[in-house]
Amino acid sequence: MPALGAATLREAAEDKAVLELALHARRGSFHLRVECRLAAEWTVVFGPSGAGKTTLLRLLAGLEQWHAGEQIKGCVKLGSETLTDTAHGLWVAPGKRRIAFVTQQPALFPHLTSAANVAYGLRPLDPAKRAARVNEMLKLVDATDLASRRPSDLSGGQAQRIALARALATDPRLLLLDEPFSALDGVASDALLERLKGWLKEKGVQAVLATHDVSDALVTGAEVLLLREGRLAAQGPAAEVLADERDRLLGRLGPA
Amino acid sequence: MDWQAFALSLRLATVTTAILLCIAVPLAALLVLGRGRWIAAVEALATLPMVLPPTVLGFFLLVLLGPRTAFGRGIAALIGHPLAFSFSGLVVGSVIYSLPFAVQPLVAGFSAVDGSLVDAARLLGAGPARIVSSVLVPLAGRSMLAAIVLSFLHTMGEFGVVLMLGGDIPGATRTLSIVLYNQVENFDYVAASHTAEVLLGMSVVTLALIYAGARGRYPARSRGGQSRA
Repeated sequence: MPALGAATLREAAEDKAVLELALHARRGSFHLRVECRLAAEWTVVFGPSGAGKTTLLRLLAGLEQWHAGEQIKGCVKLGSETLTDTAHGLWVAPGKRRIAFVTQQPALFPHLTSAANVAYGLRPLDPAKRAARVNEMLKLVDATDLASRRPSDLSGGQAQRIALARALATDPRLLLLDEPFSALDGVASDALLERLKGWLKEKGVQAVLATHDVSDALVTGAEVLLLREGRLAAQGPAAEVLADERDRLLGRLGPA
Repeated sequence: MDWQAFALSLRLATVTTAILLCIAVPLAALLVLGRGRWIAAVEALATLPMVLPPTVLGFFLLVLLGPRTAFGRGIAALIGHPLAFSFSGLVVGSVIYSLPFAVQPLVAGFSAVDGSLVDAARLLGAGPARIVSSVLVPLAGRSMLAAIVLSFLHTMGEFGVVLMLGGDIPGATRTLSIVLYNQVENFDYVAASHTAEVLLGMSVVTLALIYAGARGRYPARSRGGQSRA
C-alpha cells in the first residue's frame, strides 16, 4: 500500500471517497492480484471476460468472504474507513458499507413491485420519507410510470433502471456497476449515463464501472484500470490506457 | 371407527406441523445460507430421523424423557408429569421424527432461489431474518406447501415412535395407526380395513386438494424470469 501523501490526507479529512485496495484472491487456478488507489469520480475497470472484473467488484462490495478452498487476503479502504482488512479479521457486512452494486443481471425481487423494490433498502426511513425517496429515485432513472409494475412485466432495460434506482436509494458513497448497460439500447444508455453522472457528481458519489466494451470505457472519459488475467496491467486516463483498443475499434469501423 | 383416535391423530399432526414450521424454516435457511464445516454436521443430524428406524428413535426418546435420566426428571418436575406416555411426549417425538420431511423440501426450495436476489438483499442491508422472511419464504411457496403437507401426513400415519413413546392410552396417545394395529391383532379385519381406508383417503384427498390449489396459486416458475442469467 502506498504511503499517504499530503493531498490524500486532505481529501480524507473532507471525507471525499478515495478508494484504496490491495487484494489477493485465489480460486482454483484463477489468481486475482490488484493493488491500486482510485481518486477519480468515475473509474472504468476494463478487461476481457474472465479478467476478474466481477470478482474485484464483489470483493469491494463485501459479497465474497472466506470460503473453503479459496484464499482472500487484502484490505479495502473507502475514505477514512477500512471496510476489509483480512490481516486484522475485519470485514464490514455488505449492507453497512454504503456501497451500491448494480450487476449485469438486475436481480429485482420478482414478488415485489418496482416501487417496493426501490424501497427495500429504505427500511430505517419513516414511511413519508421513504415514499419521497422512492419517487425521487424513479424520476432519476425515468421510470415513474413503472412504479406499480412487477419485474416480470418489465423489459431488460427497464428492469436495469429499477435496479439502479434501488441501489442508489440507500444513499451510497460508492457505486459499483458491473456491465449494467448491456441490457439498455445505445441511445437510452447514453442519456441515462449523462443524467447518472450529473446526479453522482452532485451527491459526491464515486463510481466504478466494469466493462469489456471499449466504447463504454471511452465514452465516460474516465480513469481506466486495465485488468488482464487477474493482474492490473495499466492504470490511467482512458485515452492513454485504451489507445490500442481504440485504434483497433476505429480500424474496424473505418473504410478497409 | 374410533373417532376419538381420529381426532387425536388430527390434533397431533396439526400441532406437530405448526411447531415443525417454526423450527424447519430457520434451520433450512441456515443450511442454505450458512457456510462452514459444521453445516454438514447439522444437515446430517437434521436428516438422521429419515433413515433411523422409528422404533430406535422412540426407544431413545422413551429413555431420555422417562424418569431414568436427569433430563426426563427435570422435565417432569417442570411440567408436573413425565413426557413419556403423554400427548406432549408424542408431540416431541413426532417433531423429531418428521423433521427431515419439513426441512428437505425447504432446503430444496430455498436453494432454488436465485443467489443474486440474496446478494441484492444483503447489499440493501437485510439481515438473515429479513432475507428469510422477505425473499426466501415468499419465493419458495411451493416448498413451504410441500413441507406442510409432508409433515402433516407423515405425522398422521406415524406408528413406531408413537408405540414406543406413547404406549396406548385412549384419548392421550392412542392414534389411528395404533387403533389399526390393535384391530389387526384382534383379527377384526373389517374394522381394520375401515381405519386403513380413512388413513389412505385422508392422504389422497389432502394431496389432491392441496396440489390442485397450488396449481392455481403458483402457476409458473417463470415469475423469476428476469433473473435468468
